[in-house]
Amino acid sequence: MAHIDRRPGIRPRASMGRRLDMAARASFPACITVVLMLLTQMPLQLPGQAALLPAVALGCVWFWSVYRPGALPPLVVFPIGLAMDLMGYLPLGVGAFTLLAVHGIATAMRRSLSRGGFTWVWIVFAGAATAASLTIWLLVMLLSFRLLPPYPAIFTAIVTIAIFPLLAVPFAAAHRTIADPERA
Amino acid sequence: MIRLSIQARQALIRLTLPVLIVASFGFMLLGKADALLAERARTALADGLAPIYVVLLGPLGRIHAGVAETAALWDMRDENARLRAENEKLRRWQSIALALDSENQRLKASLRWIPDPDASFVTARVVADAGGVYAKAVLLSAGPNNGIRKGEIAVDERGLIGRVTEVGNRTARVLLITDLNSRIPVTLETSRAHAILVGTNGLRPRLQYWPEGVVPQEGERIVTSAEANAFPANLPVGTVHYSSSGAAEVEPAAMLQKLEVVRIFDYGLTGVTAPDHPTPGRH
Repeated sequence: MAHIDRRPGIRPRASMGRRLDMAARASFPACITVVLMLLTQMPLQLPGQAALLPAVALGCVWFWSVYRPGALPPLVVFPIGLAMDLMGYLPLGVGAFTLLAVHGIATAMRRSLSRGGFTWVWIVFAGAATAASLTIWLLVMLLSFRLLPPYPAIFTAIVTIAIFPLLAVPFAAAHRTIADPERA
Repeated sequence: MIRLSIQARQALIRLTLPVLIVASFGFMLLGKADALLAERARTALADGLAPIYVVLLGPLGRIHAGVAETAALWDMRDENARLRAENEKLRRWQSIALALDSENQRLKASLRWIPDPDASFVTARVVADAGGVYAKAVLLSAGPNNGIRKGEIAVDERGLIGRVTEVGNRTARVLLITDLNSRIPVTLETSRAHAILVGTNGLRPRLQYWPEGVVPQEGERIVTSAEANAFPANLPVGTVHYSSSGAAEVEPAAMLQKLEVVRIFDYGLTGVTAPDHPTPGRH
């Protein structure tokens, strides 16, 4: 939020082009999340493909909430969650709640996470992802009044944890380059 | 913009997360109270996204074709030998089938059999996986005025895949026979006993409620039953396979994992229309 101005002083008002550039960079995390979520819906004919949607959504929200929470505020996480509900045929609100909770955990633990390095971020994410997929499972059961086997939830958690590095490596590069408003 | 003090602004920012969490619970209640709302939102979103899916399918199709081509080149000799053997076998079957067909026609003619009405069908491409972790369905792209209606029957080149549950302007959603909410009246082909095929979200749906004294045989063919006037009789569904725990399951004849093109048949059946919303728990 309150980001520190590294070069204090009076500067001319940013030009239109520069402001557009900054806006594009700031919206990169939200846009890439939505695009990746759309891609998981393609008929890729992978076994267990359904687990990719929550996996990608959770991974994206976790990464950007830890490294650039300003670009992914709760007001953006909420519609992403609703989109996940609609695309993944979950009861409305379940994905929104889960992603907001994950975002809340990430922002609350930001200080400890950013000091610990990538492995620590991943380990904590593993815990958060497991809790998130169990939450989705419990909420789906609660809202449909029916017992469901727990295997899909466990499978989703494993997929989510496993693909996080695949998301995080390109995201880390983007975080330093195209997603950095300072570079506009 | 309204000018607020820094403290007020920070308090507002801190408030958004709890307020939105409460809002998501509100959405859960809303989705429970008005099931049609979620369905309409889903159909609208699918209609909006369908053109994007169609565009993305182009390169994806080329990649799939390339991979398939390489694999085909790799084992062409084996494949050729296998196909020759299969051809041999199929030719024998063809003569049997032709003989049976002509016999069937003669018998029907002497019985004054009322023929089944011819079904009209449309063919549509599968553009997206419309299921989720807890649902099994596919999204079809069909142009405007496609004439697809709820409750019509989706078939691939091998067998039944499911029924149409939601229809939008450009899309239709087909609930697969493996979905948790799928219940299909079927007939065991050898014993002609009726049973219900119940989806479990797994790869193989389960067979239930067959009459006493009949045991589904391993490998027995399962076809749809015209009971309840929801399906035409004798569409191939799959074969019986007992799981390791001894439950009678059905190996679907259709390639549910690799659906590309699907035919939607209109048999004019109105016995049971698909539920407005696939509410879990409705049997």
